[in-house]
Order: sequence, then C-alpha cells, then structure tokens
Amino acid sequence: MIIREGKSVFKGVAIGSIFVYKKAEKTVNKETVDNIDAELERFETAKAKALEQLKSLYEKALRDVGEEEAMIFDVHQMLLDDLDYNDSIRGIIENDHMNAEYAVFMTCEQFAAMFLSMDDDYMRGRAADIKDISERVISILNGTQVSPEAMPEPVIIVAEDLAPSETVQFEKDKLLALVTQKGSANSHTAILARTMNIPSLVTTDIEIEQEYHGRTAVVDGFAGLIYIDPDEITLAKLQEKKGRADEQRALLQEMKGKETVTRSGKHVHLYSNIGGLQDVDAVLDNDSEGIGLFRSEFLYLGRDSYPTEEEQFEAYKNVVSRMNGKKVIIRTLDIGADKQADYFDIPQEENPALGFRAIRICLTREEVFKTQLRALYRASAFGTLSIMFPMIISVKEVLRIKEIVEEVKLELDRSDIPYGNVELGIMIETPAAAVISDLLAPHVDFFSIGSNDLSQYTLAIDRQNQSLDTFFDPHHEAILRLIQMTIENAHKNGAWCGICGELGADMELTAKFIQMGIDELSVSPGYTLELRKRIREC
Amino acid sequence: MKTFDYTIQDELGIHARPAGMLAKAAAGVKSTVTIDNGAKKADAKRLMAIMSMGVKKGHIVTVTVEGEDEDTAVVAMEEFFKTNL
Repeated sequence: MIIREGKSVFKGVAIGSIFVYKKAEKTVNKETVDNIDAELERFETAKAKALEQLKSLYEKALRDVGEEEAMIFDVHQMLLDDLDYNDSIRGIIENDHMNAEYAVFMTCEQFAAMFLSMDDDYMRGRAADIKDISERVISILNGTQVSPEAMPEPVIIVAEDLAPSETVQFEKDKLLALVTQKGSANSHTAILARTMNIPSLVTTDIEIEQEYHGRTAVVDGFAGLIYIDPDEITLAKLQEKKGRADEQRALLQEMKGKETVTRSGKHVHLYSNIGGLQDVDAVLDNDSEGIGLFRSEFLYLGRDSYPTEEEQFEAYKNVVSRMNGKKVIIRTLDIGADKQADYFDIPQEENPALGFRAIRICLTREEVFKTQLRALYRASAFGTLSIMFPMIISVKEVLRIKEIVEEVKLELDRSDIPYGNVELGIMIETPAAAVISDLLAPHVDFFSIGSNDLSQYTLAIDRQNQSLDTFFDPHHEAILRLIQMTIENAHKNGAWCGICGELGADMELTAKFIQMGIDELSVSPGYTLELRKRIREC
Repeated sequence: MKTFDYTIQDELGIHARPAGMLAKAAAGVKSTVTIDNGAKKADAKRLMAIMSMGVKKGHIVTVTVEGEDEDTAVVAMEEFFKTNL
C-alpha cells in the first residue's frame, strides 16, 4: 500500500482504478519563414479554430456544470482576442520572420510572466489561462492536438496539473476523483471538482508514473490522502467512510435551499459556529443561514502581541463581506480558563474557570476591549454584524459595556467613520445570568445560551475531568429549566434567544427547544443540514 | 475630452471577465477610452493591459473618453462601470 498526501478541495471518498493522464509533449520548433503573409494566415486560421473550440467548450461546460464555471471559456475567448497578445504574435512573425508556433510560444511566455509577477493571487492564477489558450493554438498549428483518451470505466485521474479545458473534456460520469501534483485550492480545477462533487486533491506528493495506471486506489477527501493498492483493512474502513459521506451528501442535496421551519410553520434561524475566515466555505457549502458564533479569540491566540485594530477590522470585514448580508454574530474576546496567550500576562490562578477571563478581562483592560469594538463597528459597515459579550453575571456589567460602546461610536462619529446598525447581545452561560435573565433582557437585543459553560457551572462538573462522566447529565432538568426561563424572559422583553453551545446540535432536544420557543440554533457547519431535517420534522 | 472617476465595487476588482466585457464595450465606440489608476494607464480596448493594472475593490480609476462620439460614449462607459464593476 502506498499513501500520498495532498490538499483536499472536496470532501468525499472515491474508490476505483487510476488513470494516469499525461499531456502530449509540446515542443515548439523555432523556424525562419520566408512567406510572411502565409504564416500570418496560418496563425489566423488556427486562432479561428481555437475560438470555435472554446465556444463549444463553453457550451459543453454550460450544460455540464453551469454558467459560473463555464465563464472561464468565455474569458479564454476574450483573452485570445486581446489586441496586445495578437499584436505581439503578428510582430514576431512579421519582424523576426519566425514561424507562428514560435511566435505564440514567445508571446505566451511574455504575458504569463507579466501575470506571474503581479501582487495578487487571482491575477497570478491567470498565467495558467494564457498558457492554456496558447497551447491550444500551438497544438492546432503543429497538428498535435488530441482529444483525451476515451475512458472505458469511471476512474481516478492522476495528473501533473489539469487545465480547465482538460477537466471539462472528461466525461462527467467517468470521473471518480482528480489528483494533481500541482494546482491550488482556488484553481479552476478545484472549483470544477467542487461543482462536480468529486473528491479531489491538489498539490499532492504523488509521482506521475505510468506504472500507477489501472491500479486500485482510494481518495480520502476528508484526510487529504490517496491510498494506492490499499490493504483490506484500509479498504473496508474507507468503504464505510464512503457510505457515510454518500449518505450525508444525499441529505445535503435534499435539504439545501429548504427553509428551516417546523411542521407548525415556525421559522428557526439555523446558524453556524466558526473560528475564523477559513470556516466560511463550510458555512456556505452547508447552506447555513448565518453565523451565530464567531469566536474572535482565534485572532488573539498563537501570537505574541495583541492584534491591531487594523488586523481585526480586516478579519471581521472579510467574514462579514463573504456572508453577503447574512447575519454574523461575533463574540468578543473570550480568553482565560483553557484558552491562554502569554502576552496577556494573566497571573496563575487557583481556579481559572472561575477566574479572570472573557468580559472580566475586557472590563479591566478597557483599551484592549475598545480596540476590538472599534474594529467590529468599522466592519459592521460591510454587512450585517452583531456583537455578543461572554461570561456576563450582572446588569452592572451590561450597562458598563454599553457605555463603552457609546464612547467607541462617538469616536467613530467624530472621525466620520461609517458603521452599521449593530445588534448587541449577551451570552447566557452562567447560572447567575440565567436566573436574572428578566433583569438583563431589557438592556439587550438578544441572548445566546452557551450551553457548555452553563452546564458545567450549573452542575459544578468540570467537563475536562473524564472521571466525572457518570455524574454528568447533559439533559439535567436544572439546565433545561434555566434555558426555558431564559427564553421566556427574552421574549417578555422583546429580545430573541438562541443556543450556540453543543446542546444546540443535540437532536434529542430539538423538539423540546422548539416547544420552549427557541428562535435560533447555532451549530458546527457540518450539522446544519441534519439539524434542518430534524427541525422540519418537529 | 470627457472624464469621470469611479470607485470599483466588484469584490475581485477588474478581473478577467469584466475586463473582457469592458474591452468589447470600448471597441464598440469610436472614441479612445483610457483607464488610469494613478500608477498605470491602459487603453480600455486592451484586455490584458487592463488586467495587468491590478485594479482592486475600492480603488478609484479615472476614465477618459476622447473622440468624435465622446458625449454619448462617456455616458455608455459610465453606465458600463456602474453595472459591471
């Protein structure tokens, strides 16, 4: 068994035989030509043929994968028609008396180098497009253009790299997976793979050896691995994984785009919990309706100084913009207890879970808090942003937070910096907050119940201590009563109430929460569709 | 000569597709259309030249239209930017 690792661009499992795809060797001869007009004509004819091919590729892609992915072939036609590109090719033929193949090759090198030198990932990626169109013209010119070999059965394609024009030419129902040595998560190949729902790996450390051709392999898009000649145990394990993934995908297709409403017609907002920008793809892929908990502490961890306002602003703005108007609830810094960063310089504590953490740090070190609030308010101009505050135990804290928020808004007003309409909410994760939720609710727009901490504090059980597992009951009546009380008090005061802890994804409790009147459930992106299904059954 | 300033709204800036559409639109008028981002200038009919300017979201470009149909062309160009960029 041989195992190779790559970067997965689509989560899924594929089992089948390998098809090693090698591009025809493209050598371009440099020749001097005498009949300039004839050579120019050769180029024009080849170009016209290339444009015609791109047009039919566009139509094929439109049918197979949709408009967004087909667009690339429209762009290829435009690039091939570019004035500078054409001027350069004609110039080399006319002035240097070179053959058309060489003129296209030299022009391609020059323009590809120009894009590769740009300070922009997207534009650097366009160099591949220039190469793709140029190779097409060259292969038409020297008669080496070949259509991809027919594949008798569905296969796992292993290749050095695949141009979009190559991926789209494969018969869609003959593709199990794509594994490439090069490429990136943003390449067209990766995008096509995601659209086609086929597990695929890029930047894989695999050899493009003919000897792999026809051998059995498994691509595990969850782990980013390809197993060649898998042993029986591995094969069985991955077959099971594939079964689960296929089931999940069927569910996904079925639940995507559906409303999250109960049988009696109550709409529940189904949001996601995330740790940063890297999770937004999963949020969108799973058709989540918003972000119910963005743990901002990831910005503070794994570094040795406080993140600047600018750094934070960029991070929040990116997430908010990518969510395109959908709600994004960002929780302010929740550091302390199990999440530590040295530069915070928090003294050793006897009992950190009951210690200097979260809002207690923010209200003590107001500058740190204000920097985050300024970044959040600035980002709110780019979408729908809400802020929630962790570890609240008293009305006094909420009032102080709101004073600081007003100061921040005033500062922004003075500098003419725009911000949006920001909902403010608090986490209900201490028994104290739940018990006085009637007093807290008039001061906030929403509550979000942090069930993990609420359970641990209510039951006085440390969740990290496994020896206490037999005493721990996540469905303990005390927790459920506190949740019910919190929802009722929110509603009495015109606030809404959600759950963003693990209990939110506990399908055994979904019906109960709906009965209690819960407005929002925020869970890991992976649970979204399953939970939507469950809610629709309630 | 007519000019207008425009702040790019598109998330990806002037990327391949709108640049291609711009080249087509510019080819459809008699006037010369020039895009200037303060650092570089390019003829709007030339797709790769426009792309290589690397204009991103939030950047301000000055569009200059010059020629016999500049009065109508500048309106068409402004409309194009608002719709596509």
